[in-house]
Amino acid sequence: MKAVKPILEIEQELMDDFSMFETWEEKYEYLIDLGKKLSPLDPSFKTDDYKIKGCQSSVWIHSSYKDGLVYFEGDSDAVIVKGLVSLMIMVLNGQAPKDIVDATLAFIDSIGLSSHLAQTRSNGLRAMIKQMKLEAGIYAGMK
Amino acid sequence: MSNAAVYDIEKIRSMFPILSRKVKGKDLVYFDNAATAQKPQQVVDALTSYYTGYNANIHRGLHTLADEATAAFEATRHAVCAFIGATYPEEIIFTKGTTESINLVAQSWGSAFLKEGDEIIISSLEHHANIVPWQMIAETKGAKLKVIPIDDNGVLDMQAYKNMLNSKTKMVAVVHVSNALGVINPVEEIIHLAHAQGAHVLIDGAQSSVHLDIDVQSLDCEFFVFSGHKVYGPTGTGILYGKKSLLEAMPPYQGGGEMIKEVTFEKTTYNELPFKFEAGTPNIADFIALKSAIDFIKDTGKDSIRAHENMLLGYATEKLRAFKDVRIIGDVFEKVSVISFVVEGVHPQDLAILLDNQGIAVRTGHHCAQPLMQRLCIVGTTRISFAAYNTIQEIDAFMEALKKSLNMLR
Repeated sequence: MKAVKPILEIEQELMDDFSMFETWEEKYEYLIDLGKKLSPLDPSFKTDDYKIKGCQSSVWIHSSYKDGLVYFEGDSDAVIVKGLVSLMIMVLNGQAPKDIVDATLAFIDSIGLSSHLAQTRSNGLRAMIKQMKLEAGIYAGMK
Repeated sequence: MSNAAVYDIEKIRSMFPILSRKVKGKDLVYFDNAATAQKPQQVVDALTSYYTGYNANIHRGLHTLADEATAAFEATRHAVCAFIGATYPEEIIFTKGTTESINLVAQSWGSAFLKEGDEIIISSLEHHANIVPWQMIAETKGAKLKVIPIDDNGVLDMQAYKNMLNSKTKMVAVVHVSNALGVINPVEEIIHLAHAQGAHVLIDGAQSSVHLDIDVQSLDCEFFVFSGHKVYGPTGTGILYGKKSLLEAMPPYQGGGEMIKEVTFEKTTYNELPFKFEAGTPNIADFIALKSAIDFIKDTGKDSIRAHENMLLGYATEKLRAFKDVRIIGDVFEKVSVISFVVEGVHPQDLAILLDNQGIAVRTGHHCAQPLMQRLCIVGTTRISFAAYNTIQEIDAFMEALKKSLNMLR
């Protein structure tokens, strides 16, 4: 099956959305809102097996594979991080494994969130993306 | 406010060039001093003048540059000796930092003085740096690690400590001031009780040395360790103070140049103190500059700095108490200018991100004291810590930013 929308197109839509924010407050309020609205992760996946361990907050990512496409669910105990989880799910959910693995995700820099990729945020976006790509890579190998 | 009259905060701030920078378009408010302090211009100047004027390897070169560099390097040893009230300069060993100082003692002292069945006592407040080295040597030697419990405010249970001490206790290694909470431990009593059982004592002074007057002779501890970068000096400068007779009885920690007297393939004899413990070329430039940091504290006056910091601590504590969802952890009288707090329903990481967007640097997380966080049943705290150059205006800016951040998160 093919993804409904290519990753780059979703990235462009997000860049358009974020370009409307004039202040950092608007941007973070949006992220906080995304975090609060993220559908809750099934408690059976909120275990150490699905946890990305790090220094500051806990992040859980669960993936499944259906008809050639990868689906993600996730959660975090920090609401901004949860907003970032939600953002990544928006971009990578329902995509082909190879497209996920190959995604450059340049939009993160364009929307001014690259600080969340910094080494010091050891459990931030970087670890999350790494895990999502790792799982997609496993599905890619299953074909 | 007699202190304000003598304490020229504007002059002090002007000595720290970094304080004039902007973060995210706002004036920097640096409240992460317990992690590392900012450096006065004179420290930066000392580094520059060493590299531009007399860079040389020390102790053995027979030329002018080596003489000058050696003299400057050893001048820091004398300054540190006076700073903590040691008896002899050779009791001051230079290391990379507090962590290396503790590892040195655990490995070297442990190999000479520890045997199977012996006991080491630490506390629930310890930084990982004063836990893991002891676990490692305890495992090697078959010794046992015991932990002094605390109450919910981070105050040591001294009765439990007394009950723990016995003739098998060989080392008591405790933190002087908790890095996570700022609570000051009664180290005089801890040392006195340990000595009554014949145990040695190591005091982790990483957080205390910048705030409190330290006199290792009156404390009478066997070891006292701290880091230069937390006392306005460069990173990579650690101090290990040890009683001379004990350091002499301990084997070297690392082998190499500088620490030897004579080397043959059959046998090597070791250099005298302090060089026995300083293998290889040391961190010359940073140690030379550390003296300028100590001079800054001396010239400003540790008492004046502490009075200023206590004023900030009192002001900020009162303001924070007005937030109904904020709970200060370690809200005790005996503490330094560190406030660790949790906000009901708010993750510390979210708070740090929003504060950073307002130019405010704080520390969040477990503060490298995971066992302490587990004991207090929290994932982490937000910690603000004040130094000589912080101001009431900065605390007001922080409180506004905190209010705004909490509104955004709710």
